Amino acid sequence: MVLKDCGTEKKVKQKKIKQKFSWRLMYKQRYLLFMSVPFIIWLIIFKYIPLWGWTMAFQDVKPATFALPFFERTFVGFENFRKAFTDRIFVQTMINTIGLSILGIALETISAIVFALMLNELRYVKFKKITQTISYLPHFVSWVVIASIAKMVFNDGGMIDTLTGKSLKLMSTNSVLFWVVICIINVWKEVGWDAIVYLSAMAGIDQGLYEAAKVDGANRLQRIWHITLPGIKPTIVVLLIMGVGGALNVGMERQMLLSNAIVQDHAMVLSWFSYLRGIGNNNYGLGTAIGMFQSLVGITLLLIANKIASLLGESRLV
Amino acid sequence: MGNVKAAGKIKSSDRYLDYVLVVLFVLIIIVTLYPFLNVLAISLNDPVDTMRNINFVLPRKFTLYNYQYVFRENDLFGAFMISVARTLIGTGAGVICTSMVAYVLSRRDFYFNKLFTMLFIITMYVSGGLIPEYLLLARTMKLTNNFLVYILPGLVWVYNIILVRSYIDGLPDALQEAARIDGANDVYIWGRIIVPLCKPVMATVALFVAVGQWNSFMDTYLYAKKLPTLQYLLYEIMQQATTKIDSHTASQQLTTTTVSPLSVRMAVTIIATLPILIVYPFLQKYFVGGMTIGAVKD
Repeated sequence: MVLKDCGTEKKVKQKKIKQKFSWRLMYKQRYLLFMSVPFIIWLIIFKYIPLWGWTMAFQDVKPATFALPFFERTFVGFENFRKAFTDRIFVQTMINTIGLSILGIALETISAIVFALMLNELRYVKFKKITQTISYLPHFVSWVVIASIAKMVFNDGGMIDTLTGKSLKLMSTNSVLFWVVICIINVWKEVGWDAIVYLSAMAGIDQGLYEAAKVDGANRLQRIWHITLPGIKPTIVVLLIMGVGGALNVGMERQMLLSNAIVQDHAMVLSWFSYLRGIGNNNYGLGTAIGMFQSLVGITLLLIANKIASLLGESRLV
Repeated sequence: MGNVKAAGKIKSSDRYLDYVLVVLFVLIIIVTLYPFLNVLAISLNDPVDTMRNINFVLPRKFTLYNYQYVFRENDLFGAFMISVARTLIGTGAGVICTSMVAYVLSRRDFYFNKLFTMLFIITMYVSGGLIPEYLLLARTMKLTNNFLVYILPGLVWVYNIILVRSYIDGLPDALQEAARIDGANDVYIWGRIIVPLCKPVMATVALFVAVGQWNSFMDTYLYAKKLPTLQYLLYEIMQQATTKIDSHTASQQLTTTTVSPLSVRMAVTIIATLPILIVYPFLQKYFVGGMTIGAVKD
C-alpha cells in the first residue's frame, strides 16, 4: 500500500494520471471522499438546483403554482421572454445597464491604471504605504454605509451643495447625471483596490528595461509610456475581458441603495428588473426569464471578448 | 564624468514629478478620508448645530446624544449581536470548509479530482440567478427568518477555494509524503499538516469572508427581515429618514425637535463601520496578500 501511494504521489505533478475505477481505489481514498462529497451535495443544492430553476423561464410559475410538480405546471414556451422584452421599462433598463457598465468600466479602468502608475512612481516608501492603505479602505466598507455617506455628500443641501453654495441636484435629476454620480462613487470606493492588480503586474516588469531606458536618456514619462504601460497590457486585457463578460451584471444592491424615487428611471438595471418582476410582482417565470437572459448574454459577451482578444494576439482568459 | 552629470540632470528634472505626485496623493487621501471624518464629526455633534452647516471634521458642539438616542430607539444591541454571530460562525465554518475542499481538490491522485474541480469552476461562470435562488431558499427550503440563511448559501466561495488550492500546490510534497509513509490518513494530513502550513492564505480567506459577512445586506433584505443585522438596521433608518432629511424645509423644522435624522443616521453609520475600521490597519496586509496570490494565479 505504502509503496503504491508513493508511486501515485510522484505522478501527481504530471498532467494526466490514468486511474481506473475500482472499489479498492474508492476505499483507499475514502477520507478524500468524506471530505468532499458533502460539499458536492452542497454545491448541487445551492448552485445546480437554481440552475435547474431556469426551466421556470419556460413555464407559467406564480406563487400558487410553484408548489406543483414540474410537469404539472403550464409550459408557455418563450412567452415569458416575449413579455420581458416588450415590458414598458425593458428598453430603458437595457440602456441603463449597458450605459452604466460602459461608463463604469471606462472610469474604473482608467482611474485604477492612473492610480497604480502614480503609486508606482512614488519614491517615498513610507508615504506610499500609507497612501495605499488608506486607498483600500472604502473597498471594505459596505454599500449600505457608502450609500449613507454618499447621500450625505450628494443629496440636496448635502456636502457638495454646501461647499459650492449651489443647488446642483446631483442625486435628484432624472437623467444620465445619475449614472455619472454612481460611477464616481464606485470609483471612489474601488480605485485603490482595483489598482492592486496593476501594481503587482508592474512589480513583475523586468527592472533592466528601466535601466536601459535611463541610459538611453528616456525621462520618467517616457519610461512609463514605453515600458510600464506595455508591461501591464496583458493584465489590462484580461480585466477588460472580465469586465465585458460582466457587463450586464450591474449589481442591484448598489442601485437600490443609491437611488431614490426621482431617479428611478435611470437607476433600474436588469438584475433589479428581474427581482421586481419575479418577486415584487410575484411572476416567478418572468423574473427567471429575465435573469436567464442576463446570464446567457453575459456568457456570450465573455466568449466574444475572449475571442477578439486572442485574435488580436493578446492573452486570453478562458 | 559627462555621463554622470547628464544622468543627474535628468533626475533633477524628474524630481518635479515627485512633488506633483506627493501633492496629488495628499489630495487623494483627503478625498478618501474626509467623508468618514465628516460622518464621525456629525455623529458626535449637537444635531441642531449640525443643521447650520454640515461641513466639518471636528465636532463643534460635542455630544453623545445621537448615540444615546440610537441605542434607546432601536434594538441596536440585538442587531449588533446578529452581525457578530453571523460573522464569527460564517467565517469559522467558511474557513474550515474552504480549506477542506481546497485540499481535496489539490490532490491530483484523487479519482474524482477533475470532475469535482469542474463542478466547482462551472458555478463561477453560470448561476441560476436571483429568482431561482430566492425560491430555493425561501420557498423550497423555508429558510426565511432562519439564521442558517446567513451561513449555508455562502458557505464556500469558489474563488477562495482556488486561492487556497494554489497555495497548497506551492507547498513541498515531501511533507505529505512523509506523513503518509508514517501511516497518517488524509484527514490527519489535512488537519495537522496542510492547515497549519496554510495559515497565511487562510487568514486572507477568513478576512474576505468576515468582511463579506459583516457587510452583507441583501440576504437580510430578501430573506430575514426579522433577523436584522447592523447593515440592515442602517438601511431601515436611511429609508425612514430619507424623506425628512433630504429637503431644506425639513431641516428647518428640525430646530423644534430634539433629534435630527441625519445625525442619527451618521451615528448608526459609524457603528456599522467601526469594527472594520478598528481591525483594518492590523489586517490589511493579509487582504493585499490574498489579492496578489489571486493575481499571480490568474
